[in-house]
Amino acid sequence: MFMPTEEKPVFTPCDNKQRLIRYVDALREATSQEMANDERVFLFGLDVDDHKGIQGSTLGLLEQFGPERVFGTPLSEDAMTGFAVGAAMAGLRPIHVHIRMDFMLLAINQLINMAAKSHYMYNGQVNVPLVIRTMIGRSWGQGAQHSQALHALFMHIPGLKIFAPSNAHDAKGCLITAIRDNNPVIFIEHRLLYSTEGYVSPEVYTVPFGKARTFVPGHDITIVAISHMVMEALRASKHLEKIGLSADIIDPISLRPLDMETIVNSVKKTGRLLIVDNGWLTCGASSEIMARMIELLPEGLNGKAIPMARMGFADTPCPTTKNLENLFYPSSHTIAEKAYTLISGKTNTDWLPAATSKTEIDAFKGPF
Amino acid sequence: MTQDQALIARLYQSMLLIRELEQHIVDVYHTDAVKSPVHLSIGQESVAVGVCDPLNSDDIVSNTYRCHATYLAKGGDINGMMAELYGKKHGCAGGKAGSMHLVDIKHGILGASAVVGTTIPIAAGYAFALQQEAKKTGKQRIVASLFGDGATEEGVFTETINFAMLKKLPIIFICENNQLAIHSPLRSRWASEHICERVASFGIRTHQVKNADIFELHQLISKEAENIRNGISGPVFIECETYRWLEHVGPGDDHHEEYRDPNELALWKNKDQIARLANMLAPHEKEKINQKVAALIKNAVAFAEQSPYPDEEELFTHVYAN
Ligand SMILES: Cc1ncc(C[n+]2csc(CCOP(=O)(O)OP(=O)(O)O)c2C)c(N)n1
Repeated sequence: MFMPTEEKPVFTPCDNKQRLIRYVDALREATSQEMANDERVFLFGLDVDDHKGIQGSTLGLLEQFGPERVFGTPLSEDAMTGFAVGAAMAGLRPIHVHIRMDFMLLAINQLINMAAKSHYMYNGQVNVPLVIRTMIGRSWGQGAQHSQALHALFMHIPGLKIFAPSNAHDAKGCLITAIRDNNPVIFIEHRLLYSTEGYVSPEVYTVPFGKARTFVPGHDITIVAISHMVMEALRASKHLEKIGLSADIIDPISLRPLDMETIVNSVKKTGRLLIVDNGWLTCGASSEIMARMIELLPEGLNGKAIPMARMGFADTPCPTTKNLENLFYPSSHTIAEKAYTLISGKTNTDWLPAATSKTEIDAFKGPF
Repeated sequence: MTQDQALIARLYQSMLLIRELEQHIVDVYHTDAVKSPVHLSIGQESVAVGVCDPLNSDDIVSNTYRCHATYLAKGGDINGMMAELYGKKHGCAGGKAGSMHLVDIKHGILGASAVVGTTIPIAAGYAFALQQEAKKTGKQRIVASLFGDGATEEGVFTETINFAMLKKLPIIFICENNQLAIHSPLRSRWASEHICERVASFGIRTHQVKNADIFELHQLISKEAENIRNGISGPVFIECETYRWLEHVGPGDDHHEEYRDPNELALWKNKDQIARLANMLAPHEKEKINQKVAALIKNAVAFAEQSPYPDEEELFTHVYAN
């Protein structure tokens, strides 16, 4: 189903209607289709209605649906989130957009104290069907406050659901699922994925919560990768392939609920697990996945502990300058290296290709 | 009974119900029947009643943790409330909410929050939905958002005031100014004591009601609600002076503490709106209401006492909506 090329991992078409479109266009298409489909859906947030349209993901929607259903807001993340919660309780289905995940920190009271708890605290008397679209930044000097990936913070909270799609196909299907869900959904997009292309059906379709996707199947190791790290893991699997090693690449897609079954089944087959998060390690998604793996397979496999490792952001704020920033993130090379060591016990790197090909990481330019 | 007398009787009953029910909480608190913090409104009843009585039954109120008064004044189910306070299965939220989170959506009472200021933007979001609804139905329902003076210090208050005016939302903001936030007086919190002036700078029409005057507030809400319903006005802000007779949280009187002035209590007891209305009613009329209120509370207590505690499976229900 999945065709990893060096630069452009894309879904192969399942039917002849599918088109090769960008992640950002998939987001816009999903929003447009669901807004046409359900008049309760509205889209708002800082700058959703300007001429740049959130990197293009909301462009044209103002013209299509008018200013009552597509509107910008003052810089009031806290109140705007509460506003969305109230509108959702009243039966509307808001999509609130944050151009940076970092800015969600100003909305966290509403998200955690109200959005996540209202259905429970009021014993089912209200629902909060709310989608928070939020973008993780990276590269070209985004720095410490425009690059944070805070999914682990939200994974902690019962009452929230979290999607972090890694490709155009899932971006569309997940967003439609999120809009139709009757709970608050944190919908995490990665800025570097916006320009990546995938085969996407023009039809309306959904991608479910709690179902991980296995990309290339492999035998030697299971690599669970999150958000943009899926692309790096796929590139890493190509490096490994060159020396005859194969990896099961799994994208959880949905971080809460989390599909451990797919991961466990893969590890039972490969015997090894590497988790590559697009985030910090401490109390992170990788900690959670590893802990659950141990809970689910406490005896290990065949009486032996399962070789496991995890990778993610360096344990520092994100630096701005390029050479340090490169070190901050796992890369296809460091992932392949770690996988190789887990499989072979060796640490030599002479088999790794030189980093030559251009990726979406190098291609990205500002000024935003 | 003249129309005025009918109104007086209704307002009296509504305020008395709040006071007597809360007095019941005070009386039983030592028994630990109500195992949760309670923020009582004794002394402040006229605000909730003055705001809620003029509203239609399908209008909406939004609340703080000090929510018993508004819940009752808006017509919330009293049995469900008492059972909720007792932590019982038939409480308005099955025991999951307790005193600080009362809710009764059927009667237009949004869930209360224990986090100061949090419900203010939610009320505005609800008002936005009602604004959209009115475009289809032609009928404008409105939201009344009640909060304390302390809540106006939260950034989200000012953010919401600005946005409500920007979108001309059908909402009345009511600041219940009891001049205290826990034990902290206004003078140690506000750089300027003129909240109405601050809010008016956003272009919102503001009013101040002094002395917790039930009639003045009632009339004001009636008029402003009509203005909003008829599209004559956008949001309105009302500051209502009032006074908390008891401690911030719990059943006690703390006027012996340094932060309070016992003379103030005497002053405000003189302005008590329940006593004021009681004096305006014929004795037999008053007595009838007193008995009715006592019966309502007695029934509610019996209902709460008889209701079982929630089943253990309830721990896991309603974490997510279907
Ligand atoms: C965000 C937040 N900060 C602090 C508190 C602690 N707290 C509870 S009630 C209260 C005072 C609020 O005063 P006010 O808004 O005037 O309402 P009142 O209690 O007088 O009705 C405070 C500070 C809280 N619950 N929430």
